[in-house]
Amino acid sequence: MPRATSDAKLLIQSLGKAYAATPTNLKIIDLYAVFAVATALIQVVYMGIVGSFPFNSFLSGVLSCIGTAVLAVCLRIQVNKDNKEFKDLPPERAFADFVLCNLVLHLVIMNFLG
Amino acid sequence: MAGGLSPLATLLLLLAAAAVAPLASAVRPVSDAHRSAAAELFAASSDGSFGDLETTYEAVRTFQILGVEKDKSLTGKACELAAEKLSSSSLSPAKDLFHAVRISGVLRCSVDSGVYDDVATRLKTLIKDTNSLLELYYSVGGLLSIKEQGHNVVLPDADSTFHAIKALSQSDGRWRYDTNSAESSTFAAGIALEVLAAVVSLADSEVDPSMIAVVKNDIVKLFDTIKSYDDGTFYFDEKHVDATEYKGPITTSASVVRGVTSFAAVASGKLNIPGEKILGLAKLFLGIGLPGSAKDCFNQIEAFVPLILSLPSKVFSLTSKDQLKVEVTTVFGSAAPPLRVNLVQVLGSDSKVISAETKELQFDLDNNIHYLDIAPLKIDVGKYSLVFEISLQEPEHETIYATGGRNTETIFVTGLIKVDKAEIGILDNDAGTVESVQKIDLQKDTSVSLSANHLQKLRLSFQLSTPLGNTFKPHQVFLKLKHESKVEHLFVVPGSARQFKIVLDFLGLVEKFYYLSGRYDLELAVGDAAMENSFLRALGHLELDLPEAPEKAPKPPAQAVDPFSKFGPKEEISHIFRAPEKRPPKELSFAFTGLTLLPFVGFLIGLVRLGVNFKNFPSLPAPAAFASLFHAGIGAVLLLYVLFWVKLDLFTTLKYLSFLGVFLVFVGHRALSYLSNTSAKQKIA
Repeated sequence: MPRATSDAKLLIQSLGKAYAATPTNLKIIDLYAVFAVATALIQVVYMGIVGSFPFNSFLSGVLSCIGTAVLAVCLRIQVNKDNKEFKDLPPERAFADFVLCNLVLHLVIMNFLG
Repeated sequence: MAGGLSPLATLLLLLAAAAVAPLASAVRPVSDAHRSAAAELFAASSDGSFGDLETTYEAVRTFQILGVEKDKSLTGKACELAAEKLSSSSLSPAKDLFHAVRISGVLRCSVDSGVYDDVATRLKTLIKDTNSLLELYYSVGGLLSIKEQGHNVVLPDADSTFHAIKALSQSDGRWRYDTNSAESSTFAAGIALEVLAAVVSLADSEVDPSMIAVVKNDIVKLFDTIKSYDDGTFYFDEKHVDATEYKGPITTSASVVRGVTSFAAVASGKLNIPGEKILGLAKLFLGIGLPGSAKDCFNQIEAFVPLILSLPSKVFSLTSKDQLKVEVTTVFGSAAPPLRVNLVQVLGSDSKVISAETKELQFDLDNNIHYLDIAPLKIDVGKYSLVFEISLQEPEHETIYATGGRNTETIFVTGLIKVDKAEIGILDNDAGTVESVQKIDLQKDTSVSLSANHLQKLRLSFQLSTPLGNTFKPHQVFLKLKHESKVEHLFVVPGSARQFKIVLDFLGLVEKFYYLSGRYDLELAVGDAAMENSFLRALGHLELDLPEAPEKAPKPPAQAVDPFSKFGPKEEISHIFRAPEKRPPKELSFAFTGLTLLPFVGFLIGLVRLGVNFKNFPSLPAPAAFASLFHAGIGAVLLLYVLFWVKLDLFTTLKYLSFLGVFLVFVGHRALSYLSNTSAKQKIA
């Protein structure tokens, strides 16, 4: 078992090292996505405690966070230089898409919020 | 038009000569009610005047016709008003002069002849200068009024004035107000006829008879446009209803009637108008009852005076041997001249002629009533139409009064109905052998006592006859059976020609009676409007022995303890709203609101740890401005979303969003393309 623990340690350390090599802008996007998912999780916990009464509000809150995270992940895919698929796409264009999608998403969210 | 009542009535007589149409039954002469209504409608204001000249004229003229006495100060005030207008040297319009002259004519104010000469000269100049119908009406009418007050006024070129007015007439008998207007009006036609009549009577020489004939033809055409209500009332109305010029049927009809009567008074020969239309118009004015406005009152009073035949009472009882009474009065309620009233026809309710024998009514001088005993008429109970004819006794009166041809009045005759041969009994079901039949007297309550089982029948029969011995069928004949438990059953008693008879076969009725055995009270109701002795009699009771109810038999409906309770207030309905959802405690919700902020704080800390900076933010002023605007635009859109959540609706939001979106796309494109260019340059470098 100690061997397995150290293996896991090694694994996490190597993962951390590899991640440290990622560009800062991708790290920011990751951080943003984590923040969104964490917020969504807190809302789900709240729902678990008190019930889902204003169900539309709960849905819009959680989906707002999840949607934001998904959009952030999409942005990350397009901005990542290692993805050859999006090589010709400038990151500014990807960011413009990200902003537009967020605005549309939140218009719907606000409409659903009640 | 002052003192114009007798020529008016003459015309009515001429026109009514051919009248055969029945007059309305509900028409009553003008009465004191009209007088008090007029006094109320034309109430003088606190300073003793009636307002403007036109209202003053209408008031004094109405009072004159109705014979309402007004105190001297009021007439003095009106005279002063008129004199002031007449003598003022300033150029007053023809309308004011016209009304002022007519007021002094009605009230017989003392006006200097010099003043009148002056006014006449002014009016004559006005006549020459105008081509407007109303202006001509006022000025010519003013001249005529001056002439009627005993001054010598002559219209110099009557023919040309006549032609000028005639030029405004239309092919359908209507007239235009002036040469410029395209609309023709019925009201204007009445006015025009009045002016033409005035021109003819003011003319120094005879007006061309062919022109008179043409105008007569116009009048006939005008009467072709008359409209009618269902009850035979005729009225004139404008063809085109214009909100500003519209006068209403009374004013329009009054105008036409005034015009036609005054024209007929000056023109020789007869007008070819159907008498029923004239009587229909009379009915319009009398049928209005009490007029609601001062204007309507004036128009109603001024227009008509035929003789009216009316019945003080329309219900006659054969029992008390009522007399048929008929009043004949003028429209204003005063006594008619000596005349004969004949009953020429009696019609039954189905318009069948009952009697066509002419009977003259006796005249009661004291009460001014014509009367006739109805017993010799041999009419039975029911509804009848009586046709009367009025004939004047003195031939010279025929030129003054219009009798209106035949008059039809509806009357109602009631009487005592004889009830006899009443029998009640129980029959055995087979062969109908009579077990017990009792004669009963339906004049008073009886208390027969019967008993029957479900195999037997109840039989009730009686006869009804009118005072003249005919059979009588009342509206309602009901037999009521009432059980001890207050369950009631109602049966209609069918009547044949000879007798009323009902047979209740209990075998077929057990289910209807809910298998309720026991004591039933019997009641008989016979009623009719023409029956003076309608009754509801208790007949007695019936012990009914019905079989036991099978299991599926219908239960008798629950009887209300108080039969009137169904009219009482209904039970209050309590509404149930959906119970509100359970809400979590406030503290918990606030705690989680704070918790959701935690990841954001973590995000900010993470950013600091990553060493995020704004170095890439453009330093040149123009791109920096665009970049700032881009961020401000995004912020504005998010703020708009918050507002949408808080108070705006979707449509307003989308409206603002469309503007913000265009702005955002523009600045976003500028800012991002600058960033894109700089990064591309860096790559090349």
